Amino acid sequence: MSKDLRNPLARARGLGSAKEGVSHWMLQRVTALGLVFLTLWFIGTVLSILHADYATARATLAKPWNAVMLIALILTMFRHLTLGLQVVIEDYVHTRWLEVASLVIIKFIAVLAALTGVLAVLRVALGS
Amino acid sequence: MAQTGRPLSPHLQVYKWQVQMVTSILHRATGIINAVGSLIIVWGLASVAAGPEAFATFTGVAGSPFGTVVLVGWTLNFFYHLCNGIRHLVQDTGAGYAVPSFVRSSWLGIVAAFVLTALVWAYILTGAHA
Repeated sequence: MSKDLRNPLARARGLGSAKEGVSHWMLQRVTALGLVFLTLWFIGTVLSILHADYATARATLAKPWNAVMLIALILTMFRHLTLGLQVVIEDYVHTRWLEVASLVIIKFIAVLAALTGVLAVLRVALGS
Repeated sequence: MAQTGRPLSPHLQVYKWQVQMVTSILHRATGIINAVGSLIIVWGLASVAAGPEAFATFTGVAGSPFGTVVLVGWTLNFFYHLCNGIRHLVQDTGAGYAVPSFVRSSWLGIVAAFVLTALVWAYILTGAHA
């Protein structure tokens, strides 16, 4: 049993060198678990309307439950992938400015793509 | 970080290749590819919102020979990341870390990814849905 020389309050306040405790780690896992269900649902839905015409595709997307699942998929997917890409960049990009620039660019792209996807679903679901 | 010139992890050049490290490397590689794939999903959804012409362009590209090859590759890529990801979630509970069990579950994930990909594309290509 190793002995921690810091006092417990300092330890709790500091939350480790990342300053956010295990939240990154935990969010990566929770989004992963969510994506197990959401992606399998998505594949099943896509397979169920294979070769469908435009009207069928639009009607499927417009169903409230499908729209909810799709928005959940988009948000969870982009959260999960930014967390994952962040770890890869932090591990392998050893030039500091390039590392920071990549991290920021990835987040910008992810937010724009996620908002584009959500807006597309809402436009169809709300019928405009 | 300081540029010391010392070798940095991952030390791929000195390790003997084994399935445990391959599954780990593949998990990151397939994760990166899935991230790109997420943009295809957004493109598809946006094309439905944009109208019949945009949707026709999307399905035209997806259904082309090139698009089909990409979709098959993406399916395998996705199922690998899914299967290995589930394996990681199980291991996060502290289970399955003994070497034989670790090796076995590594291979199981790889085989399952191929089987699931084959099932999905057999369904699509044989027209079982029609």
